[in-house]
Amino acid sequence: MSTAVESTPRPRGRAKSARATSEARLGWLLAGPAFFVMLFVVLYPILQALYDSLFTYRLTAPDDKQFVGLANYGVILSDPVFWKDLGVTVLITVVTVLVELILGFLLALAMHHAIKQTRGLIRTMILVPYGIITVVSAFAWYYMFSIDSGFINSWFSWVPGITADLNWFAEGSTALSVIMLSEIWKTTPFISLLLLAGLAQVPGDLTEAAAVDGASWWQRMRLVILPNMKASIMVAVLFRAMDAFRIFDAVYIMTNGAYGTEVLSLLAYRTSIGRLEIGMGSAISVILFLCVALMAFIAVKVFKVDLADRGGSK
Amino acid sequence: MRQTRSRAARGATLASVAAAGALLMAGCAPAEETPTLTWYTNPDDGGQAEIAKICTDAADGRYTIETSMLPNDAASQREQLTRRLAAGDTSMDIMSLDPPFIPELAEPGFLAPVPQDVQEHAKANTLEGALAGAMWKDTMVSVPFWANTQLLWYRKSVAEEAGLDMSQPVTWDQLIEAARQTDTELGVQGNRAESMTVWVNALVEGGGESIIADPAAPANEIQTNLDSEAGRKTAEIISTIGREGLGSAGLPTQAENESMLLFQGDTGSFMVNWPFVWPATLKGAESGALPADLPEDIGWALYPQTMEGQESAPPLGGINLGVGAESEHPELAYDAVSCITSAENQALYFRDNGNPAADPKAYEDPEVLDQYPMAPLVRDSLDQAAPRPQTPYYNEVSTAIQLSFTPPSAVDPATTPAATDQFIEEVLRGERLL
Repeated sequence: MSTAVESTPRPRGRAKSARATSEARLGWLLAGPAFFVMLFVVLYPILQALYDSLFTYRLTAPDDKQFVGLANYGVILSDPVFWKDLGVTVLITVVTVLVELILGFLLALAMHHAIKQTRGLIRTMILVPYGIITVVSAFAWYYMFSIDSGFINSWFSWVPGITADLNWFAEGSTALSVIMLSEIWKTTPFISLLLLAGLAQVPGDLTEAAAVDGASWWQRMRLVILPNMKASIMVAVLFRAMDAFRIFDAVYIMTNGAYGTEVLSLLAYRTSIGRLEIGMGSAISVILFLCVALMAFIAVKVFKVDLADRGGSK
Repeated sequence: MRQTRSRAARGATLASVAAAGALLMAGCAPAEETPTLTWYTNPDDGGQAEIAKICTDAADGRYTIETSMLPNDAASQREQLTRRLAAGDTSMDIMSLDPPFIPELAEPGFLAPVPQDVQEHAKANTLEGALAGAMWKDTMVSVPFWANTQLLWYRKSVAEEAGLDMSQPVTWDQLIEAARQTDTELGVQGNRAESMTVWVNALVEGGGESIIADPAAPANEIQTNLDSEAGRKTAEIISTIGREGLGSAGLPTQAENESMLLFQGDTGSFMVNWPFVWPATLKGAESGALPADLPEDIGWALYPQTMEGQESAPPLGGINLGVGAESEHPELAYDAVSCITSAENQALYFRDNGNPAADPKAYEDPEVLDQYPMAPLVRDSLDQAAPRPQTPYYNEVSTAIQLSFTPPSAVDPATTPAATDQFIEEVLRGERLL
């Protein structure tokens, strides 16, 4: 009996497992090196930061390194600077992602419906800002709005509120507007590309059938196209939101965090690199990491973003 | 067919690689005997690269000096140098250091000790103010290369209109009054950057106080002195200029260069700034970018007084040369430092790049005097100048001052000084973020 039980599944199991094993081995051979490199360059620094965040540790005084437990986190979470920076970061994330999503969708529609001859040209034009290095674009926007060398104040002097004496980077509200504008200009193409992929996957017969049934353009959009694009919209929002939350370059270049424009990654940078307080800086980085991880978690669990599913078939 | 061709090609490649390798080896052989010293320089008009060439030639094959340029602003230069030094980078042979950051590097032993003969030479041939910036805990830890100070630059026409006698020392209050009267703008640095600390420190020192009473104290014992008569007067001056718009609408984002542009413009009146503004203005006038008669309208005087009748304390800047403790050739590096800081090279640097020398002899150079008619005044100003707080925690102190005193219009003489004192002390005790 025992032989019968064993013998029946064996050949099947063996055949499967031989194939599965060789596939698994091939998988490891192909992905293994990258996996270990990732472990080394991603996981190791994260663990090191976690460890360092439990110490008071100044790079110029390595001998005074002292274990303080979670005290660094206590200082950070009870400091108004942290909460203000978090607020600014969230504001930038929400505003830019929202505006980019709307603009990106319009651009995706334009690219999708462009006639064949102009499609390549339109795509290239839309993609140009995304191809520019963030630092370069930040400098361009900075010099455009700068009170000393910028042209915006004189070009737009007819707009109420804009005068020759408007110093955009001397106040949080105006400085943040410029920072967000530059971010939106630069990363809308990214969102529109992702949305274009989603649009392309909406089955044409569905929209045609809806049109035949007499659905208006808005009804087709709301009831057919958008639901079919949900997955790609959520992926675009998630990627962009996580990216926007880590904003650094534009703020660093335009204001260096002055006048209420400081964001969390700049605070982490100033603490670790500027003040050389590795312990406190690591703690800020860990908190930043947890915020981003939380966003990913919420997206995957609450909004059910399926990163493996790109078909929009749900 | 294809295979044979590719094999032949491979053979040819191998042969050429071998040939190139042999050539390289041959080329490298003598070069390896000549150590290369890396000199980390702050950006300038090419003067340091030129001096590096001169000293390489003078070394006669003992070493070659290569320059490597650091970032633009003082804070980023410090970031890069400190991190490299902390990581034990062996390429840190010679470094151009901003004096306020030297204690931070000297305290953990990042700088190689200065040989006795170099010390003696520097002590005998350096202006007093510049020498003070080279010391840490009574030991010389770096060698002064050039010394900088701010002057009061003024438009003769505006001073005349305001009825100011510029041959006598003037006060900040007089300048403020003159700007109000003539409806012009003052060139000061209100940007949230190091230049703000430079201004605050000069005003406080001019009032007879120092920002830190005991700069060598450990972090948790450092006490700052902004809540004093001098500190409150400082806040009053900055706040008045900010609130009344006397520093132009660009004040909150105005660093040295922007205030120079303002001073050169139609509303320019008085400006405190480093001497680089003179060659820059001359160049502008020559090229036609600025009115040709502008330089004639520009005068210079000692830094304005914080309190009437009390000698001012002009800002002290400049660059010192340090040698990294992990450098592989410290003796050669100090040899090169001696060459770089020679009186001739300092005079050359003064002439070509507008950066005043630390060696008093350079001020007697007729060419320097010809090109920089204000050179004697620069020397006097350097004698009177006061350094910024010399503490290993300078970065924290400076950043906290920048955060508290910008934008200038938000400074409140009644509360800002005391709040800044408390802020700095809490940050240094690790109780607050910066």
